Parts: sequence; structure tokens; C-alpha cells
Amino acid sequence: MADTTVKTSEKSVLWDWLTTVDHKKLAVLYLLAGALFFVKAGIMALFMRIQLMFPENTFVTGQTFNELITMHGTIMLFLAATPLIFAFMNFVVPLQIGARDVAFPFVNALGFWIFFFGGLLLSLSWFFGGGPDAGWTNYVPLSSREYGHLGIDFYVLGLQVSGIGTLVSGINFIVTIVNMRAPGMTMMRLPLFCWTTLVTSILIVFAFTPLAAGLALIMLDRVFGGQFFITELGGNVVLWQHIFWIFGHPEVYILVLPAFGIISEVIPAFSRKRLFGYTAMVFATLVIAFLGFMVWVHHMFTVGVGPIANSVFAIATMAIAVPTGIKIFNWLFTMWGGKITFNTAMLCASSFVPTFVLGGVTGVMLAMAPVDHLYHDTYFVVAHFHYIIIGGIILGLFAGLFYWYPKMFGHHLNEKLGMLTFWLMYIGFHMTFFIQHILGLIGMPRRVYTYLEGQGMATMNMVSTIGTFIMGAAVIVLVINHVYSAYKSEKVTVRNPWGARTLEWSTQTPVPEYNFAQTPQVRSLDPVFYEKVHGDGNMKPAEPLDDIHMPNGSIYPFTIALGLFIMGFGIIMFNMDNPIIPPLAVTIIGGVVVFGSMFLHSIKEDHGYNIPVERVKEELDKEVG
Amino acid sequence: MADSVDISKGLPPNPEKATLEGQNKFLGFWVFLGGETIMFATFFGTYLGLRGGTADGPTSADVFSLPLVFIMTMILLTSSLTSVLAMFAMKKNNFKALMGWMWVTVLLGAAFLGLEIFEFYEYSVHYGLGYTTSAFASSFYTLVGLHGAHVLFGLGWITTLLVRYRKSGITLTNAPKFYVASLYWHFIDVVWVFIFTVVYLMGVGV
Amino acid sequence: MSTRKGIMRFFPFALLTLLLAGCGEEGLTALDPMGPQAQWLFDNMMLSLYVMALVIIVVFTLFFIAVIKFRKKPGDEEIPEQVEGSKTLELTWTVIPILLLVILAVPTVTGTFMLADTTPSGPEGSGDSGEEELDEDEIEEDGVTIEVTGHQYWWQFDYEEGFTAGQEVYIPAEEKVEFELHAEDVIHSFWVPALGGKVDNVPGITNNLWLEADEPGVYQGKCAELCGPSHALMDFKLIALDRDDYDAWVEEMSQDPEEFEPAEDDETMANQGREVFEQEGCIGCHAIGGQGSEQGPTLTNFGDRETLAGYLDPTDENLDEWIRYPQEVKQDNNMPGFPDMEDEDMEALIEYLQGLSVQD
Repeated sequence: MADTTVKTSEKSVLWDWLTTVDHKKLAVLYLLAGALFFVKAGIMALFMRIQLMFPENTFVTGQTFNELITMHGTIMLFLAATPLIFAFMNFVVPLQIGARDVAFPFVNALGFWIFFFGGLLLSLSWFFGGGPDAGWTNYVPLSSREYGHLGIDFYVLGLQVSGIGTLVSGINFIVTIVNMRAPGMTMMRLPLFCWTTLVTSILIVFAFTPLAAGLALIMLDRVFGGQFFITELGGNVVLWQHIFWIFGHPEVYILVLPAFGIISEVIPAFSRKRLFGYTAMVFATLVIAFLGFMVWVHHMFTVGVGPIANSVFAIATMAIAVPTGIKIFNWLFTMWGGKITFNTAMLCASSFVPTFVLGGVTGVMLAMAPVDHLYHDTYFVVAHFHYIIIGGIILGLFAGLFYWYPKMFGHHLNEKLGMLTFWLMYIGFHMTFFIQHILGLIGMPRRVYTYLEGQGMATMNMVSTIGTFIMGAAVIVLVINHVYSAYKSEKVTVRNPWGARTLEWSTQTPVPEYNFAQTPQVRSLDPVFYEKVHGDGNMKPAEPLDDIHMPNGSIYPFTIALGLFIMGFGIIMFNMDNPIIPPLAVTIIGGVVVFGSMFLHSIKEDHGYNIPVERVKEELDKEVG
Repeated sequence: MADSVDISKGLPPNPEKATLEGQNKFLGFWVFLGGETIMFATFFGTYLGLRGGTADGPTSADVFSLPLVFIMTMILLTSSLTSVLAMFAMKKNNFKALMGWMWVTVLLGAAFLGLEIFEFYEYSVHYGLGYTTSAFASSFYTLVGLHGAHVLFGLGWITTLLVRYRKSGITLTNAPKFYVASLYWHFIDVVWVFIFTVVYLMGVGV
Repeated sequence: MSTRKGIMRFFPFALLTLLLAGCGEEGLTALDPMGPQAQWLFDNMMLSLYVMALVIIVVFTLFFIAVIKFRKKPGDEEIPEQVEGSKTLELTWTVIPILLLVILAVPTVTGTFMLADTTPSGPEGSGDSGEEELDEDEIEEDGVTIEVTGHQYWWQFDYEEGFTAGQEVYIPAEEKVEFELHAEDVIHSFWVPALGGKVDNVPGITNNLWLEADEPGVYQGKCAELCGPSHALMDFKLIALDRDDYDAWVEEMSQDPEEFEPAEDDETMANQGREVFEQEGCIGCHAIGGQGSEQGPTLTNFGDRETLAGYLDPTDENLDEWIRYPQEVKQDNNMPGFPDMEDEDMEALIEYLQGLSVQD
């Protein structure tokens, strides 16, 4: 069927990256984009903490501060944490299940570019009169057409576009994990990272669609005169809060479950023990995901939904503590009796466990609905979710970064600098956020751009700000580490530098574009470890060496995403005072680009290309040599 | 893998699921429809929450015309049936019948869409129920209009398939495409049944 | 609460309580509760903190033992035993957390309904937290209900007696007082940390909240829901008075509008100020004694205010700046500035405003 053999080296590097559908290259793109947005939102956090360093400080105005909090939250969740997690999912999942690529390589590229252009659209707001300013929750009526500025339109359209990207990627991962597993890789032999990816993807499908609907409602209100949130004309402002949190609460699990997955990979690898209670871990993940959809009202205890609803949702929220507790103890008992090696990856992964517990217990405290009337919308909540996000997700991501880095890039990150990053991050993080619990209880609401003298908040805010600078230093060290290691670190040529247990460590380093020369036959959970103990240390092949069929690259994902970007920008232009070009024209141009690209893609039959068996053999020999 | 299916003896009995690509499309599309369901559910919830918010404008009982909507429902249900007949034809490897039934489906869909446009025109011009009149109006037009947009997209999609493969016969490449398109068409139909019940029947009942 | 004392005896966490109570400013911090609701919230927060401390101790102990005891020794390449799991252990850490959660679930449900019962108590029902049954008739007669409306960025308080107060809400002490919460523009949230929890002011919806102060005093209030650039400055004061003082205050505030105007024939500064107030159009937004528009905060008892613009000291200089350059004092508020007002007029206006007092 496939007869055109295209060598990637013939094309320019830029064109190669723009058109790639290789999950490993897309992972690198996700990593880069996520890191850029992470640094950007981190700098915003520094600005916010500088403003809060002294009482009644005037470093930024209230308006600018509101734009900073909104963009910090939105970027961190949608454009930093999500793509960083997607980077690891993209790179690791096909390797861990023994597949040559994801189910829909084209859609995979599409997901990345749409996400990226959505993020770009949101970021453009700074050049058109300021960012969105209604908080990442974007509550109406503060974001309605009467009170919200143009920045809100960038929020709505930017998230709408990037959400489409996240959604199609989610669908792709589900199909990949269900359909593309290597022979013998049953569901109950899936590494836990794959399980959490699967569950997260399901959450994405069911949580990002309500968000898309909700954002559409705000857009229709703001741009086309809808009355959904206008109380005078029968609208209801609490409706948005329900829709937002039906998305927003699962979103927390969308981010934290993959972090759980990474921890569940790293801890067994460096404890030299299999994961304690694998089955319980899988079911705990499923239960957390299920309950995650049943608890959204706990973000709205003070909105006035009534005592019965509050009680029910409070109890449901508390119930999540049980499966989470199961996970915590299973990780502890994975380490228990093991032979633990402490490097940066393991430091991050193991310290994740107690740190996450600190965030979890405040979560249970917050679940007590009546007492939440005290905590709600104060710095106590800010402290709580940063314990979950930094103490959970970021530590998980750091662990994953140091763990999979040699597989992704062919060299280790420097361990000494890595340890320094970890300790700076860990100390700075506790300094910044522990004290914020108390700040909330002594009466500091969240999202305030300043506080008054004589309210007893000055010292604690100063401590918190110093902690933020230490975290900033940690990130700088991490960046230096990447550059330093790229030049100074020794090349990794062995397949399994850590002595780890899962399938991604059974293929060559760096990974060839076809992942596996021969699809492996899986005989157990932790297959690489199993073959080391019960076999000759190598995976048994499930097929003979043969030509390998690969999909061609395509520029259409890029152009479709570009079209969506233009369309989104066109819709925003309806609300601009002086748009120069007619907004409708811009929107239509965007639509033509989108549907034109889709049409061209669908009428062009593309059968991919074959990598001849000789080249596969050559690369295998090269590794031995 | 795709190339490993032996088609020298003719097409297998379920051509749409014979290849891994076909299976992937099949599963992926089901997941997509799951997401779509939740999205429609959100709009249904919005409509239910806001349908009382008429703000002195026309109410649902004032404007809805059941006979017209009933005819629309029948047309769309019939189009779903014809797409099933097309799928039967595909499984029997009867390309001509497949094309024929699919074209009937498209025509019925177009008729439905025409009636819907007429309906919206009636409501907005004769009853003064504009999009911006009230929260009820906004949520009604958004929910039903989104369904209409899905119908329109489905018509474009199926027509593209019909034109593109008009001479190719049934192959392992296009069988999943037709199958998925008909799945989408059923989905649109099911959503309409809910709209008919929740929006129209409940709307004139109160 | 007797259960709390019982727990305190068993745990050395009383120290923690003391430590926490040392933080923050009296009259603001929730760690120094000054009313029955705040006390209930504090007690139950501490209860959950004790339960959670137990969890933390168990996890941290296991964690530190594991990371210290089970480190890999150099040169030890032996593979440790591969344990699949343990039914007993896994059952233990499923059941025990459930039991701990039940301890917290009970006050969660009772507390939710306790907070939801906002019926005001009247003067006789002092000192309880809504647990005792009250005589229905008495409630009808004496219970205080105050309507609270949130605006960008100030608070309006409407009393049943028909008058309005801005920025500072007076309540009788030792009584459960009901607040009916509304919002004029965007969502706000009404919070007096030292007295109890917050409830949101949502446009188009009426929410209810009750608060009670154990003693007369001034309590600081805050807006807890992001409402715009000056959200941080949307502070207010809750002033609890003895019942007799409160009744007297209500009577003063409910006087006829004429009572608040300076005597006609007098050529005082205040009289000039009143003229400025009318000529410059202040009265178009600010009412005094019910006379004038209520678009902005009522100024009937402006001279009694603890703060200016919700957060400044009420000095003449601050008032001058506030009237001339309101956007610099409180970004995005709705008051137009009067930068060009004659000094003489300004002086008279300030004199007039600062003299508006109902407390002799």
C-alpha cells in the first residue's frame, strides 16, 4: 500500500517540527510550550507577591493585580500544567503499552497546535488593553458584557480554542490505550501511569465539554446579546458557577491523577519493588474520578444552594479522602521493605507523599460545609490548592522530568543541580504557602491586591514573598541545569539506565521513530523486570523483523489550528472599539482556513510510508556497536 | 494492521471494523459522542434552568407550534431509518443501495433543516421572540440552534462522502467513514427526540 | 462544648490553639472568636485539625521510617522481596479513615442546618447558638433583620424601621441578628471574621445569614468575593451596641429629614457646606436622613464613621483628597471627582459632613 519512502532528513528542521505527527516530537513540543507558559505565569506570581510584600503597597494597581491573578491561574492550569502532563503522556504512554504511535497521530498533532494557538490567543490580551480580570473562575456578572472588559473575550475564546485541543488529545489517548496495547498487555498489566492517563482522558472528555458549553454561553452573552446571565431579563448568574465547577473540580483530578501516575512509576523503580496493592491503586483511581464529578458544589457552599445540597456535597467530598488515603498508604508500603536509591526523581516522588497529605487534610477540613463559611475565598483556600498543585502536581512533574529525561533526550540532567532545585523548591514552597493558611484564618480574603496596616498581616506576607523568591531561584537553577546538561552531560546509550521496570525502558535510547523494532510480547506487570528475573533480560518479540509502516507528517494540524486562532480573534474583534478590519470578515477567513484544511486533508488519501527492514536492522546493530 | 486484512476473497462481513484504523475510528467516535452528549446535557440544563426567565416576553406556551414540530420529528426519524438501511446495504456489499439510501437521508435532513429555519423565522418575526428578548429565548435558540448546526454539519459531511466516493465502491477505507457518519446521524436524531420531549412537549404543557 | 474539653485533655494540642489565637488583630481574626457562631466554627475547625493531626502523624512516622530504614546500601544489588499487597493492611487503611470521616460528618450536617436557621432571636434569646427553641411571638416583635446590599465597592444597610445606613452596620449585642443579602451589580460576599462565616451577595438572589456578638464592640467586615479592582478596599464595620444604645441609635436614625439639616437662619460653615452639598450635586447620589438619592452610600451618620471610603482614617485631609480625586483613593469606584472645587467650599463641605452625627 505504502510506497513513498520519505527521509525526514531531506526536509528543513523547522518544517519537520511543524508537520510532525510523531508522538515523541510532539511530547518535546508540549514540554517546551508548557515550560514557557510555566515561566510566564511564575513571573506573574512574583509580581503578585512583590505587591503583597508590604501593606498598602503600590507596586501595581488593583486592576493590574486582578489581571495578574486571572492570568496566573488560567495559564498555570490550562497552559502550563496540562501541556506538561500531556508531554509525558505523549512520550511515555505509547512506549509503555508497546505501541508504535498513538491511535490518531494526525489528531495528536492537531491537539498540540490547537492548544498552542489557544494559549497564544489568550496571551494576546496584554496587547489589547489588558488581560482578563475576573479571576480564573471568571464569575458573571463581573465578566458579563456590562462589567467585564475586552480581556474577558480573550479568556473565553482563548480557552475555547485551547480546550478543543485538549479534548481531541483526550479522545486520542483513550483510543490509544484501549486499542493499541501490545500482545499480552492486558488492562490489569497496564502501568499505573497509563491507567491514570486513561482515566484523566475520560475526565477530559466529560469535563471539558461542559466548559466548552459554558464558555459558549458567556461568548453568546458578550458578543451576540444573549441573556443567560442578565438577571433583569430572566438570566441566572449562579448557572455559570455550576457549569464552571462541573468542569472545574474534575479539572483538579485531570491534573493530579497523572501526577499520581508518575509517582506510582518512580517510587517502585527506585525502591526496587513492585507497586504495593496495584489493583487497589487502579480502583482508587477510578473511584476518585467518579466521585470527582459528584462534588462540584463544595466550591459553592456560600452561594446559598441550601442546607440539604450543602450537606450532601460535603459528605461526598469527604468520601474522596478514602481512595486518596489508600493511594498514600500504598506508596508508603511500596517504599517499605524496598532498597531505596535517592536521586532527584526519587526525592521529588517520595516527598510528594507527605506533602500531598498536608494538602489533602486541609481539603477534608474545607469539606466541612459549615466551617467552610470561614475558610471560603480566603488565603486558607489559596494555601490548600497550592499544596495540591505545587506539592502534588509540580513535584510529580519534576519527578517525571528527571526520571524520563534520559529516555527523551539521551542524557541525564545534572544530579547536583537537580538536588539543589528540589531543596530550594521544597523550602520556598512551604515558606510561601504554609503561612497562608493562617493568613486566611486571621481575615485575609483571597484575590485582594493589598491589605491594610495594623491588621496583623504584614510579617506573614513578607515571609510568604521571600518563599516565592526562593521558588523562583529553584526554577532558574532548573533552567541552568537543562543548558548545562545539554553540553556537559554524558550520552546515555543503554536502554535502561535506572534499572526500571516498565516497557519504555526496553527500547533503544534515544528512541527510534518507530519505537520498537519488533512489537514486544508482554508476559506480566512490570514486563522489563519480569524478563530480567524470569527470562534472559530481553523482551520477547511478538512479530518478526519486518518493514515498519509509519504515518506521514502533515501541515494541516498547524493550519487548522491557525484557522481557529483567526476565527477566535475575529469573534473577539466584535467587541473592539475600533477593529479596522470588519470582524465578520476575519471570522469567515478563519473558518475558511479551518474547513478548507479539513477538506483538503480528507480528500487526500495518505497511506504513510514504510521504513525498510534493512534500516531497522542497521539501527539495532549500531546500538550494539 | 491495516495492510494485513486479506481482501482477495471480497470484503469481510463487517468492513467498517475489519482494520485497526476502523476500530480506532469506531471507538474514538463513540467517545466523541459521549463528550457531545455531556455538552448537549449542559445546554439542556441551561434551558431547563432558564425557561421560566421570560422577562415579560413570550413564553414557550405562547409560541410553540406542535404540528410543525411533529412533522419535523417524523422527517428526522425517517432519515435515521434510511441511514440504517444504508448500513444494511453496506454490510451486504451493495454499493448502489448504500449510495441511494444515503442520498435519501441527506434529502430528509435538508427538509428538516428547512422547516427549522421556517420555525425560527415564525417565532422571531410573528411572535417577537428574538434571540435577545429574554433568557428563555436565548437558551431555546441556543439549544435548538446548536442541534440545527449539527444537522447542517452532518449534511455537509455525508454529502462530501457521497460525492467523493461516488464511483469507488465499498472499500476498507471508506466503510468506517460511512459507518461513523451514520452513527453521527443517529446521535443527532436521539438528541432531537430529547429536544422534542423536554423543550416542546414540556413547553406547551406548562 | 464539653467534647472539645475532653479532647483537649488527651492531646497536647491546646498549645496549638493558644499559638493560633495569638495571630491576627482582635475584632478581625477568626482565631479569636467573639460570637457564638464564630466560636462554633472555631471549635469544629480545631476538632478537624486534631483528627487531621492524627493522620499527619501516622503518615509522617511511616514515611520517615521508610526513607531512613530502607535505603539501598552501597554494593547491595540483591532484589528485595516483591510484595503484591496485603488484604489486612489495605482494609485497615480503608476502614479507619471512614471512621475518622464519620466523626467530622456529624457536625458537618448539624452545623449546616444550624447556620441555615437565620431566625433572629430578639433581646431575650441571647447567648445561645440557635439550639434553644424560642417563643414565636417574641421573634416577630423584636428580632432584628437588616437588609445588606453589596455595591462596587461599598455596603448599604437597610433597617426595618425604614432608614438606611452606609458602610457601618449597627446591631444589638447578645442577640442573633438576621441579615438579608442582596447585590446591586456583581457578586460580593459579606464577612465579619470575628463573628462568623461569610455568605455571598448574589444579584437576583436573596441569601440569609445570622450573626451574634457576645459583647458590644467594633468588628471589622470584609468583602470576600472578587468584585473588581477595589475589592480589597471594600471593608466595612459591624458595630454592636447594648440593646438600649441600639434602640436609641435606631430612633435617632429614623428621625424626619429636616432634623438632619442645619438650622436655616444660621450662617455657619455647616450651613454653607449643606449648600455646596446640594449645588455640586452630591445629593444626586448621597442621601442624608432619607433625603436625596440612594445611588451612593447614605451619609446620615457620616460624622460617626470609623473609616472613610471603607479603609482610610476619617481625617479632614483624607476627606479632601477623597472628594477631589476619588479614583486615586479607590480605583474604579463610581464617584465623580471634584478636583477644581474652591478651597473655601471644600472646607465648608467637610465641616458639614464631619458634623453629621447621630451620637451626642
